[in-house]
Amino acid sequence: MPPSEQGSGAGIAARGAPGAETDVGAAIAHDSAERHVRGSAAYVDDIREPAGTLHVAPGYAEATCGRLRSVDLDAVRRAPGVVAVLLASDIPGANECSPSLGGDPVLADSEILFHGQVVFAVAAASRRDARRAARLARIDVEEGAPAVDVEAGVHSGRQILPPYEFRCGTPRDAIAASPRIHEGTLRIGGQEHFYLEGQAALAIPEEAGEMYLHSSTQHPSDVQRLVARMLDVPLARVVCECRRMGGGFGGKESQAAQWACLAALAAHVTGRPAKVCLDRDDDMIMTGKRHDFRVAYRFGTDDEGRLTGVDVDFDARCGCSADLSLGVVDRTMFHADNAYYYPHARIHTRRVRTDTVSNTAFRGFGGPQGMLIAERMMDEIAIRLRLDPLTVRKRNLYGPGRDITPYGMRVRDNIAPRLIRTLERDCDYARRRRDIARYNAKAAHLRKGISLTPVKFGIAFTLKHLNQTGALVHLLTDGSIQVNHGGTEMGQGLHTKVAQVVSGEFGVEAARVRITATQTDKVPNTGPTAASSGTDLNAMAALRAARTIRSRLVALAARLYQVDRADITFGGGQVNTGRRSVPLAELARLAFTERVSLSSTGFYATPKITWDRDTATGRPFLYFAYGAACTEVTVDTMTGEMRVDRVDLLHDVGRSLNPAIDIGQIEGGFVQGMGWLTTEELVFDARGRLMTHAPSTYKIPACSDVPADFRVALWESRGNREPTVHRSKAVGEPPLMLALSVFSAITHAIATLAPGRVPPLDAPATPEAILRAVEALRD
Amino acid sequence: MAKLHITTTINGDATEFLCEPEQTLLDVLRDELQLTGSKEGCASGDCGACSVMLDGRLVCACLVLGAEAAGRTVETIEGVARGEELHLVQRKFLEHHALQCGVCTPGFIVAAKALLERDTDPSETEVRYWLAGNLCRCTGYDKIVRAVLDAAAEMRGEEAGA
Repeated sequence: MPPSEQGSGAGIAARGAPGAETDVGAAIAHDSAERHVRGSAAYVDDIREPAGTLHVAPGYAEATCGRLRSVDLDAVRRAPGVVAVLLASDIPGANECSPSLGGDPVLADSEILFHGQVVFAVAAASRRDARRAARLARIDVEEGAPAVDVEAGVHSGRQILPPYEFRCGTPRDAIAASPRIHEGTLRIGGQEHFYLEGQAALAIPEEAGEMYLHSSTQHPSDVQRLVARMLDVPLARVVCECRRMGGGFGGKESQAAQWACLAALAAHVTGRPAKVCLDRDDDMIMTGKRHDFRVAYRFGTDDEGRLTGVDVDFDARCGCSADLSLGVVDRTMFHADNAYYYPHARIHTRRVRTDTVSNTAFRGFGGPQGMLIAERMMDEIAIRLRLDPLTVRKRNLYGPGRDITPYGMRVRDNIAPRLIRTLERDCDYARRRRDIARYNAKAAHLRKGISLTPVKFGIAFTLKHLNQTGALVHLLTDGSIQVNHGGTEMGQGLHTKVAQVVSGEFGVEAARVRITATQTDKVPNTGPTAASSGTDLNAMAALRAARTIRSRLVALAARLYQVDRADITFGGGQVNTGRRSVPLAELARLAFTERVSLSSTGFYATPKITWDRDTATGRPFLYFAYGAACTEVTVDTMTGEMRVDRVDLLHDVGRSLNPAIDIGQIEGGFVQGMGWLTTEELVFDARGRLMTHAPSTYKIPACSDVPADFRVALWESRGNREPTVHRSKAVGEPPLMLALSVFSAITHAIATLAPGRVPPLDAPATPEAILRAVEALRD
Repeated sequence: MAKLHITTTINGDATEFLCEPEQTLLDVLRDELQLTGSKEGCASGDCGACSVMLDGRLVCACLVLGAEAAGRTVETIEGVARGEELHLVQRKFLEHHALQCGVCTPGFIVAAKALLERDTDPSETEVRYWLAGNLCRCTGYDKIVRAVLDAAAEMRGEEAGA
């Protein structure tokens, strides 16, 4: 038996046949890369429109919240090019586009829940006609007083879901008995996804009430479900396709559905194809963001800075509905420890309802906010005890006898201590910290800061049933291979990695494998491409499908060539039987004439996870992904301006399936996290209207904001200790949290102004926030 | 509303189109001429996803009217490669893995090519500020900067990384 046939999992031994070069683990280019540089890769809005396609634009009220008194659409209907105007009353089935818990109408029917909620939609001959007409509505609302921020939400007493808490030990007693007690509050801002391709969907009505959707979505199965329910047809009449997205970042996990529903409704009502492509400002106003938080914390330490007990209250602004807030805020709790051991802990969360857009998934899914508190505590301990923050961090890491998380899972794969030591040495932390101390001693207005922070991120959906997917693999008679799987491509390179894994099974180049567009009629009943799990799930399902076909080929070749099955290997495009080599294409043709199936499905469900939310027991994650980052910054204490001077990242991806793609995820994740914690500020006015709804006012990092000295390395290891696909690890979300080091370094720089005092720095650390913290230390 | 009849040159080809007076060049390219490589990222000139060359000058096609193309030359991402053969900048973006979701990529390539046509020896800082009008949400930019610097080095006839 060749090594790749051993065992039921996909261990390290499965890396192709002995001696055969395969593309598994190779730094090959993204499978659409050449089309991207040519501009020929098609996103939803680039698909050649079927004749008669209508363009749909959403319309909304000026009001923030209150009862809808009247909707006057006469002027809209009379506007040039308008073909149809859609209201909630036009929906034949359920007026609902919520991922699970309800409360998200496709079109408002009696009440406005937030500023920008869609009340009606216009279908017109051109996009300009539709957008112009949408502004002509007169909507009368009996306006209420909106609760805009988390304080107002708490004050109004409305919560989206009941409070939820992890508790281990006796935290209050442990803190009270500690030699040192600290407490504080931290505000953490939200974040706009700013995927470069806005929300988009094209609906094409077909025969027998069928609807075909092209949707820019991370969750085609849910688009299928919600469109079918809205149209009151069986799911079997709706197909959703996603070739690719121009970025998702969580923003198209649940909140792509509304736009697909609107396109489908317009197509249903008019009988014509209909397309929705949100204008950037509408997209930013109408779709949810990363949750912002108010956090109050209290903790105790011993004299060496080791935590004795932690008590944290997280208040999350969820907006007007539940959306994915249950899971998002749970993940805040799961990561409130980051990489640190809390002997006693109470981690309490409230999901606060406000009259604002419903906040949603965003890379890290609540985890980054939880981890920021852990890092704030580390910095606070170091500042108060006048210790090196890295020393404090190391003392608090999980370790032998200190390896149970606040939610009861044992940390079995803890590489954080070794990883931190390696980065500390490689980035020359100690010398640079001394140099910075010397610099700051002489500095007038400019202060430097440095910080090295870890990341530990749990991999699996904490909602257990989402941890499953399927794949469909076809070997064709010319030896080329088609693969379809339940995951979606949003730029992260999922299709490339899946193609690599499948190519390894057949011993061919990855270029021989074509990943076709994600389609719900090829692989049904899938979860979203989210939680960093796209490759873990889909590459494993595809691998299983490929192995099924391969084992049929092995059986055929053994019979035809009278050789032992164990002597048959695949490599170099050939099937090697020990006696002779046959091109894969030839064996595929033989299989066809011998009536052997060359197509197979594959299915994968993540093993070992047992989390039960009701009892808060069990194992939520299959494993943890780790990383560490060291960031050096310079802060101008006169103006609040900040520059990142140097970044060193070391990140654990297990055995990399594609180092180029993994490093891309690490760099991009870091910069996106840096934006969240520095320049990206969502400003709502007192009436709850988003003021920062375009890139002119909402600042994501630009090329000139990113440090020129940017060093990135993959942690070298024998791979994931769990039997993931080729022992790789998930990489989508964890690197975002490497940017916690930026916030911590800024804290360090400001803290040098008044040794021993903790700067009251909130996130994002905009120049204004930095100046406020500086001023507070000067009082 | 009467449409305007515009005669222009796009990617070297004499081109005619009809457009409304207020229709942007970006909408004309995408909707009338099926040149969908230029993307609408913001429609306000802030993201650079619709970068094209107008008479040799780098512009955001969302801020230019279609009618303004009359009698001028427009170069879009579709005109950057010579048939099968990729332009050096495109090749370097591939080699350096300087893309992820790809929506910003055409704009970056048009902008980077414009820079290197002015100056084959830009400093890294010059590259960063020249490209600061092009937003990318995926890559973190580092690989893009490396790709452009490497393309410049090859243009100057130096070895990669020299």
